[in-house]
Amino acid sequence: MVEEIAPRDVYGQTLVALGKENPDVVVLDADLKPSTMTYHFEKEFPERFFEVGIAEQNMIGIACGLAASGKIPFASTFAVFAPGRCFDQIRVSVAQAKLNVKIVVTHAGLTVGEDGASHQALEDLSMVCSLPGFTVIVPADGIETAQVIRAVAAHVGPCYVRLCRPKLPVIYDNNYKFQIGKADELRPGVDAAVMACGVMVAPALEAAKQLAEENISCRVLNMSTLKPIDEAAVIKAARETGAIVTAEEHQEHGGLGSIVARITAENYPVPMDLVAVKDVFGQSGKPVELLEKYGLTSKEIVAAVRAVIKRKT
Amino acid sequence: MITPSGNTSEENIPLFSSNEDLAAVCKRLRRDIVTMIAKAGSGHPGGSLSAVEIIATLYWRVLRHRPSDPLWPDRDRFIMSKGHAAPVLYAVLAERGYFPREELDTLRRLGSHLQGHADRNATHGVEMSSGSLGQGLSFAVGCALAARLDKASWRVYALLSDGECDEGQTWEAAMSAPKFRLDNLTAIVDNNGLQLSGFNKDIMPLYPLPQKWWAFGWEVLEIDGHDLDQVLAAIKTAQQIKGKPAVIIAHTVKGKGVSFMENNVDFHGKAPNAEQLEKALKELA
Repeated sequence: MVEEIAPRDVYGQTLVALGKENPDVVVLDADLKPSTMTYHFEKEFPERFFEVGIAEQNMIGIACGLAASGKIPFASTFAVFAPGRCFDQIRVSVAQAKLNVKIVVTHAGLTVGEDGASHQALEDLSMVCSLPGFTVIVPADGIETAQVIRAVAAHVGPCYVRLCRPKLPVIYDNNYKFQIGKADELRPGVDAAVMACGVMVAPALEAAKQLAEENISCRVLNMSTLKPIDEAAVIKAARETGAIVTAEEHQEHGGLGSIVARITAENYPVPMDLVAVKDVFGQSGKPVELLEKYGLTSKEIVAAVRAVIKRKT
Repeated sequence: MITPSGNTSEENIPLFSSNEDLAAVCKRLRRDIVTMIAKAGSGHPGGSLSAVEIIATLYWRVLRHRPSDPLWPDRDRFIMSKGHAAPVLYAVLAERGYFPREELDTLRRLGSHLQGHADRNATHGVEMSSGSLGQGLSFAVGCALAARLDKASWRVYALLSDGECDEGQTWEAAMSAPKFRLDNLTAIVDNNGLQLSGFNKDIMPLYPLPQKWWAFGWEVLEIDGHDLDQVLAAIKTAQQIKGKPAVIIAHTVKGKGVSFMENNVDFHGKAPNAEQLEKALKELA
């Protein structure tokens, strides 16, 4: 039985650890602290926790003032609300101003489940990746999440970290070393490369296992940093495998697949397929049912890999 | 020890206050504003001219700041939320020595330190990148919270336009500052009554504006924003309020000081031509 951990639980615990180590770490939340798990920090450091109510624009603006005054603010809400409810604040007050604000969102993607389309952020990565100077990270499991939160706290500059609601299977052990901007090769392979982030990393590994039974050697890369993307790893995979499938819990427009496609198009075009949400909104349902319904499964990845290999010249 | 001083010539005086005749300073600032906007060929004279006495009072009589060390950690923060009125701030910063006056001639040009809207990464002395309205008071709340966490004595002053009180974020911030009991924060609303396309009362009625701020939990002061004594007195009163933030509703005239710009919505965001500039400078002589 694979161990499962909710990345947002890890987020809450890591914030507390960071708070003990660094008095400049402060946390803001917009009436979602029991869900984003920032309440752990509030309990430990009430004077450094700022509950702003259901007011995401103000939360981002306050975070900017704190950052400009030397604090390291972590601002948290659901992925639909940041950047959705405060994109201009993130654009002008954070990104253009180059302020050291950490936006960590939870409940991204279809795996929110029963709350339905209004709560399923499938376009947030597109929005945030379009902003100059932003670091954008989607961790694949709880172990990576702890390291990502520490990495963005240490990094000077605007950061966006996207977490999901459910527990995720643990992929990494404690020897893993996350680095901002570095893809991690989880499995070697020469026939095709699957590049995934977040919730889709575990299905990518599952797909590669199945394909191995057909003697298809499939490389799997965890592309947790979407920006700055590991261009070298993408180009290397394109050259060495000649076929790429991306997998993400996001619209196909503007997310991981779009970014990888831009890099291959500019450097080394290869057949590509995007396993992503195809320009539709989600709906209510169980997370597993939704991933199935919208084609975000290992089965879809397997089919996509077979298809891109066929398109090789 | 920080003490008020009229001496601006000595180095290392933390309080960069000055006893220079402010009425004369304000006239000079107005000339700078219309001249730089005319040279740029675009910009926002109306809302720059309405805020002259407010910003001059802050930078000549109130703020603890060091033009030679713009990021001095203990400086008071002035947050320019109405970023389109950047020319008045640029004129003030140049006069106070943050950068050479000649740079005012480069306003809005490619590569200039003086961007069309205030930009903290472009200009010495600009605390916040603004221009998208409604964001400054939130930023000021964040600064004020940081000062309190650090047990620092510096204060935060935020200048808002009345038009940006249309923005929901202004009221999100207005709700939060009293919650956090930020008595180290003073907001000033440049209530000139006009916005880009007309009078506030026609575009989106704001009144009763003082009552709205009061209802959100602020100490409210109302003044004539062109009366230098009233501006200073209101800021001093605001500094004494304990347990909550204060807002100064400053009644002003858009385009103040130039007859044909006063209360004229056409000069919200239009540069004077050569003839108009000449006329304006005569009036401001």
